[in-house]
Amino acid sequence: MLKTLLAQVKEFKTPSILTPLCMIGEVICEMIIPVLMGRIVDIGIGGSDMNYIVRTGLIMLVVALFGLLFGILGGVFGAKASAGFARNLRKAMHDNIQTFSFSSIDKFSSSSLVTRLTTDVTNIQNAYQMILRMAMRAPASMIIAMIMSFIISPRLARIYLGAVLLLAVIMSFIMRRATRYFQQVFRRYDDLNNSVQENVSSIRVVKAYVREDYEISKFHKAAGNIYEMFIKAEMNIAGVSPIMMTVVYGCILLISWFGAHFIISNELGTGELMSLLAYCMNILMSLMMLSVVFVMITMSQASAKRIVEVINEKSDLKNPEDPIMEVPDGSIRFDDVDFSYRPGTGDPVLKDINLDIRSGESIGIIGGTGSAKSSLVNLVSRLYDVTQGKVLVGGNDVRSYDIEALRNQVSVVLQKNVLFSGTILDNLRWGDKNATEEECVRVCKMACADDFIRRMPEGYNTWIEQGGTNVSGGQRQRLCIARALLKKPKILILDDSTSAVDTATDAKIRKAFREEIPGTTKLIIAQRISSVKDCDRIIVMDDGRIDGVGTHDQLLAENMIYKEVYESQVGGADADFDKKE
Amino acid sequence: MAEDNNKEFKGPGGRRMAGRPRPKVENPGLLLKRVMSYVFKYYGIQMIVVLICIVVSVLANIQGTMFTRTLIDTYITPMIGTPDPDYGPLLGAMGRVACFYGIGIAAAFTQQVIMVHVNQGTLKRLREDLFDHMESLPIKYFDTHSHGDIMSVYTNDIDTLRQMISQSIPQLFNSAITIVSILSMMLVLNIPLTILTLAMVALMLFVTMQVTKRSGKNFIAQQKNIGKLNGFIEETMTGQKVVKVFCHEEESIKTFDELNEELYQSAFKANAFANIIGPVNAQMGNANYVVVALVGALLALNSYAGFTVGGLASFLTFNKSFSMPINQVSMQFNSIIMALAGAERVFKLLDEEPETDEGYVMLVNCEYDENGEIVETDKHTGHWAWKHYHKQSDHSTTYQKLEGDVTFNHVDFGYRDDKMVLHDIVIHAKPGEKVALVGSTGAGKTTITNLINRFYDIQDGKIRYDNINVNKIKKADLRRSLGIVLQDTHLFTGTVRDNIRYGKLDATEEEIVAAAKLANADGFIKRLPQGYDTMLKGDGANLSQGQRQLLAIARAAIADPPVLILDEATSSIDTRTEKIVQDGMDKLMSGRTTFVIAHRLSTIKNSDTILVLEQGRIVERGNHEQLLALKGRYYQLYTGKSDALTA
Repeated sequence: MLKTLLAQVKEFKTPSILTPLCMIGEVICEMIIPVLMGRIVDIGIGGSDMNYIVRTGLIMLVVALFGLLFGILGGVFGAKASAGFARNLRKAMHDNIQTFSFSSIDKFSSSSLVTRLTTDVTNIQNAYQMILRMAMRAPASMIIAMIMSFIISPRLARIYLGAVLLLAVIMSFIMRRATRYFQQVFRRYDDLNNSVQENVSSIRVVKAYVREDYEISKFHKAAGNIYEMFIKAEMNIAGVSPIMMTVVYGCILLISWFGAHFIISNELGTGELMSLLAYCMNILMSLMMLSVVFVMITMSQASAKRIVEVINEKSDLKNPEDPIMEVPDGSIRFDDVDFSYRPGTGDPVLKDINLDIRSGESIGIIGGTGSAKSSLVNLVSRLYDVTQGKVLVGGNDVRSYDIEALRNQVSVVLQKNVLFSGTILDNLRWGDKNATEEECVRVCKMACADDFIRRMPEGYNTWIEQGGTNVSGGQRQRLCIARALLKKPKILILDDSTSAVDTATDAKIRKAFREEIPGTTKLIIAQRISSVKDCDRIIVMDDGRIDGVGTHDQLLAENMIYKEVYESQVGGADADFDKKE
Repeated sequence: MAEDNNKEFKGPGGRRMAGRPRPKVENPGLLLKRVMSYVFKYYGIQMIVVLICIVVSVLANIQGTMFTRTLIDTYITPMIGTPDPDYGPLLGAMGRVACFYGIGIAAAFTQQVIMVHVNQGTLKRLREDLFDHMESLPIKYFDTHSHGDIMSVYTNDIDTLRQMISQSIPQLFNSAITIVSILSMMLVLNIPLTILTLAMVALMLFVTMQVTKRSGKNFIAQQKNIGKLNGFIEETMTGQKVVKVFCHEEESIKTFDELNEELYQSAFKANAFANIIGPVNAQMGNANYVVVALVGALLALNSYAGFTVGGLASFLTFNKSFSMPINQVSMQFNSIIMALAGAERVFKLLDEEPETDEGYVMLVNCEYDENGEIVETDKHTGHWAWKHYHKQSDHSTTYQKLEGDVTFNHVDFGYRDDKMVLHDIVIHAKPGEKVALVGSTGAGKTTITNLINRFYDIQDGKIRYDNINVNKIKKADLRRSLGIVLQDTHLFTGTVRDNIRYGKLDATEEEIVAAAKLANADGFIKRLPQGYDTMLKGDGANLSQGQRQLLAIARAAIADPPVLILDEATSSIDTRTEKIVQDGMDKLMSGRTTFVIAHRLSTIKNSDTILVLEQGRIVERGNHEQLLALKGRYYQLYTGKSDALTA
């Protein structure tokens, strides 16, 4: 895990190395200054030596200047290294997400990807900066102070050694416990936030059922839980500062007592005792700092894991060695295809699919929810790979094509379709970056979108909000169809893409398809019989199998499911009123 | 130390939700006062104890700092060279110091323990107050505020407050007391040197402010850039499948890289400036020491105003410990401003006007006495009545049977006063009737149903329920008498059983299963891994859209309300399944006044009245046959013939 993360430091290796070095430099300056301060008092002021004071004062200023320099450099390098590291992590994740197959996208939900790219990276950035700046500084400060103490008086320094060991044991014990509690706190926090989230988004349900009091009592319970857990966790921490104080004060008293004896027996100078006491704070504070760094690392582990998961996710769809770049025609063949979203678990979603579709044919697909209509068409543009058998497009296995070339020739209008923030033209040009406005208008006319676009205040330059919220469902679908048409595909797949378009317009779009792109193979998934009635052939799907294939009349005569669906929609009308747009 | 401590237990707020730049706080003083009065209201005594504890531990600490000098000057130096030193006085002095230390430690521990409770207790109350208040807010509030922003109040803003109460405020007290005590001792020792020290401190603060300002500016830029990147990621991640289908990966990467680079630049600058505040302060403190030492030595050597060398040594000790609290104050400054920005949003939510309710007509359980008169009862009788208490007239109480008769009398409504979305709506739904609302998206169908249960209040006209103006009915009672299946299905974290029971909290197991069967949900529920005990998470993300709708129908069924509103209740269920559900729906609707909004004409065909809405007006009304005969809008839609329309 660490290796994957650290590989992303890349060009920020230099500041990453310089930061701790600068911090050590700052520590050294910091160590020299108390000695100089002591001398100013003892020798300069004590001996009333103005010259000495000026000289030492100047040296101290120079040292302080170096300290400042190291401090600033350390701060700047640290910021650069950690911000850069965060940038690289985000980029590595985002780049990899772009190579994700559909099954990887399914695996990570989009909201979890967003948190991983933002919050988790920020956590790592903070931890990294902390580590760079503190992980070396604290031990360095401690070691130097310890060495200095040993030089002054090995016997007294042993008191520090003892104190450090004692404190280390106590702190690691407390921190370990506290971390565990805090992790539990975070989980409860998630519960609490979830409860708020639910109430905010479902406020209408809460109010409609007059369940305010019920929700409030639920929330109070969750808040109470957090309160208790937090008290437990923080009570652990509450001991830290008093324990620290006890050890520091203990050390001061012990050193003072034994120091007094040594001074009197002439084994120690008074100035030396002062320095020893000054190092006391240095040593113990560094230890404290170190424990903080450890906690920080423990706490950021979860984030690190979540980031590495994204970086290490390997797409299960790979481009072949010697890919075919051109799809010869729009024929499709399914050869004994089995398909499962997670191979090896449970029943496959598609079973024993055999199909032969000629180039230019129009195929309707109908079936209940969960009958695997979408799964079937998703295999054609290789959004997923088959578990068994093969899918051929233009006579070649889809796995032998360059993925991009295949997807440019096989245009899919997804069921859950999305428009992006930008003008209508921007959105259309997803299909073809270089499309002229005339081409865009032409496809919009085919998709019956031209009329309503023209009626919009800024026509084709109308700004679409994120998710396309400022156009109606039916309009959104028509724009998505136009966008897909702009690719001039050999195969066009519409996955329930006209469900919000009224029957009359739906018929118009199909008519346009027939007349304007007769050579394109069309696969149309629909709920309404009227949408597929005049297709060359209609496939009836049921529970992952093909239940029947034939023309409308054939199926009506032979196929039970088709007949049932038809009868539930008698008159063929299952219209909606999204008409006057 | 203190500042790093802050970073450490940042807790869940470490997960800083990106998005909005932190706005400038309008009135920090007033906000601080409000936060503090909130804390003191519940924890006044505790806070006073904490204050005392801080004073005690600061004094103990200062006393320790001074002890070093006394130790050497008073006890050790005189003993040097003595053949038989007497350690008695030293032991006594150390005993006294140890006692002070002991008291200091006890005070520090007490302070910590109390603060944990004060802090968490305050946050608990604040969270509860926030939530309680939020539940009382009108729907309009949720329409006009982004959910992310509301959430952020509970997470980020509360969390910055947590840090402020638990760390910044005690730290500030601590620093202030330290500064005051050291300052007074310095003043006693030498006034000119104290002034010099203060001048140096002022310079230090000035430089710190400059750096803080730059850092703050870049932190705001960083927040803005995080927001931008966040928005982009959110958009592309939700549309990731479309990105793939259109092979749009490279463009996506290009935009991402640009935004990422901007974020890096601002994050780098913000952190760099923040990082150098510490070293700058520390080294200026050292410079301060040198300057004071030099000037002090000049004064002492010339014996200015009786200033001695010993006095200077002590003064320098104080000077050294003076920089530390100053440094800490400047470090806390940023986090307090951040916390106050959070507090501002917390209080803004708490200050929102709650939903008002002047209704006085109540819904009660009732039974009939031998004369057929309605009598109120506490028992569950399955019969309901409206209870009128006539305040204005004779203070009498009358009862009226709950029937489910709903009328709209020339109702006008707009979400904003200047833009009406419904015009002159007239509807009369008699008890047990089925009224269908059809029309295109945005015609106002859902809005009409939202007026019946008073999610919104109308601008003109009257809505009556059993001939009572809905404004006179207590909102809770009005809503209890209406069952609603909403367009967007929302389920709650909990088991399937809990979710159905939501409609009737005291429902028995049999009632739950019966409701599930009625909605035709029983079948799929039984096939779930743990049946009725299956946990639903994230708004029922583990169920299909259709299954969620079935659960929502079951939830409405169990509530057994006299009036039912079905807003696209079966839109995500395929036509075959819908046919099966239809029986259940018919059963559910029988004997109830029902408002149906539907997409599919098959769902609404058998309604008693069908209202065709267009742009907020009812353009056609009648039953299926009448409307077909009208050969108007409904006819076109039903037959799918567009010839008449194009004309």
